[in-house]
Amino acid sequence: MTTATLSAPGVSGTARPRRWTRRRVLPGFAPTLGFTLFYLSLLVLIPLSAVFLKSFTHGFDAFWAAATAPRVLASYRLSFGTSLLAASINVVFGLILAWSLVRYEFPGKKLVDALIDLPFALPTAVAGIALTALYAGNGWLGKLLEPMGIKVAFTPLGILVALIFIGLPFVVRTVQPVLEDMETELEEAAASLGAQRWQTFRHVVLPILTPALLTGFALAFARAVGEYGSVIFIAGNLPMVSEITPLMIISKLEQYDYVGATAIAAVMLVFSFVLLLVINGLQAWSGRRNGVR
Amino acid sequence: MSKSYQNNPATREAPWVRRSLLGLGLGFFTLFLLLPLITVFAEGLRKGWDVYIAALVEPDAVAAVTLTLLAAVISVPLNLVFGVCAAWAVAKHDFRGKQLLITFIDLPFSVSPVVAGLVYILLFGAQGWFGPWLQANDLKIVFAVPGIVLATVFVTFPFVARELIPLMQAQGRDEEEAATVLGASGWQTFWKVTLPNVKWGLLYGVILSNARAFGEFGAVSVVSGHIRGQTNTLPLHVEILYNEYQFAAAFAVASLLALLALLTLVLKQFVEWRAKESA
Repeated sequence: MTTATLSAPGVSGTARPRRWTRRRVLPGFAPTLGFTLFYLSLLVLIPLSAVFLKSFTHGFDAFWAAATAPRVLASYRLSFGTSLLAASINVVFGLILAWSLVRYEFPGKKLVDALIDLPFALPTAVAGIALTALYAGNGWLGKLLEPMGIKVAFTPLGILVALIFIGLPFVVRTVQPVLEDMETELEEAAASLGAQRWQTFRHVVLPILTPALLTGFALAFARAVGEYGSVIFIAGNLPMVSEITPLMIISKLEQYDYVGATAIAAVMLVFSFVLLLVINGLQAWSGRRNGVR
Repeated sequence: MSKSYQNNPATREAPWVRRSLLGLGLGFFTLFLLLPLITVFAEGLRKGWDVYIAALVEPDAVAAVTLTLLAAVISVPLNLVFGVCAAWAVAKHDFRGKQLLITFIDLPFSVSPVVAGLVYILLFGAQGWFGPWLQANDLKIVFAVPGIVLATVFVTFPFVARELIPLMQAQGRDEEEAATVLGASGWQTFWKVTLPNVKWGLLYGVILSNARAFGEFGAVSVVSGHIRGQTNTLPLHVEILYNEYQFAAAFAVASLLALLALLTLVLKQFVEWRAKESA
């Protein structure tokens, strides 16, 4: 680490074949990579692999039975369904908000911009009880909605509200920078060629924003499927009706049913890993589209 | 900047379109972000300042604050060191499998917090891999403070690395290589060249991971065991009060966390502004 000539043993060949070989100039490769791999394995990879190993200790049949029990299947439908819906709603309103923040002037704009990140900073349990108080029968919004026959708190609709809350910043914060960097020349060219404003948006602006919108959608969706804290207070948690998948894991754990809990966790892990790969691909696509990185 | 958008006929919408979009966006913002935030404070103060203050100075609340601080004080520096190491290895060197490593570092973000808590039960719980050994040596990890710290480390794992890796990649290696060629040691290069370049990104990552450490609920809830005054962090304390129908007290403690969240947003804004200034 102290000498400039130090290079990691065994890794002197560079990652990709190149026309010239790049000598490792900067020191500290071996210790930093070593520590990174050690820390990553110890805290993330080994613990996560425990889920897979554990879920098959009682054979595949036990795993399958636990992962596909009717109550668990109902929870998948609920979790994935509400998460998809919440992410879709966030794509629409996230785009509108990002557009407003980039293109329009309005009083309190700085404040709105800063508060968009609130769901990242506010503890999920706090969000959960606040949304429940707001939408319960005697809450500010519940009071208005319940006479109209719309019950939000303690129904799947409440889950949707909580998932919209936690997913919104993902869409706004992925679309906003792309909108800011977009050259107005493209829109000017479209306008000078006679396009209507809507046509310009539909055929020029939207294709540029598509990778960012998809990335934001995927991020919001991934977060929503695993979300626990903000949902359980408002969900009502009725079996087969409003039990989300993470809650199923908790209730299995509380019954000391480790096989069941681990099987569901393994399903969720596989899903989140696949989604992570999709998100990485989308971000790479988005980066190429917009010429960054 | 946005003024010019509205002065340019090619990037301008009809006033009614602009007004409807703004109305929709801000209405959505008010409904889903602003009202919940206001609710926390309104509900916390519903029974007056006496109840509010009493909820915050009660011994169990103080114990929860202490434990929450402890978890953050351990997990944030650990992940800071990790983030710097990972960013140095990934951004300043070439090696095979780099993309896979970055994906693995991101993994804790996409894992459900409940699953994150579960893995430590599988490892250190009574029926876990190391459970019998821990019991034989009279050590307790799960349902005790170490488990809470571990879960917090897990959920805050990627924040610093994630901020630093793209930043250091974008800055390239020229400055560090120049310093090294001129005879600076690795440490000197890092402290005098790299660190000043990335300090705002670093601080940004620390602020975000600190906020998450204070607020984590799902993962900590699974490993905590919910022993009042011993293994309750602030968010868990909020849950207990809420489930005991002590709504005013629950929202009082929650408002403390909401204040921390607002402080986080202010700091974040400040760091973003400074980063832009120095760029």
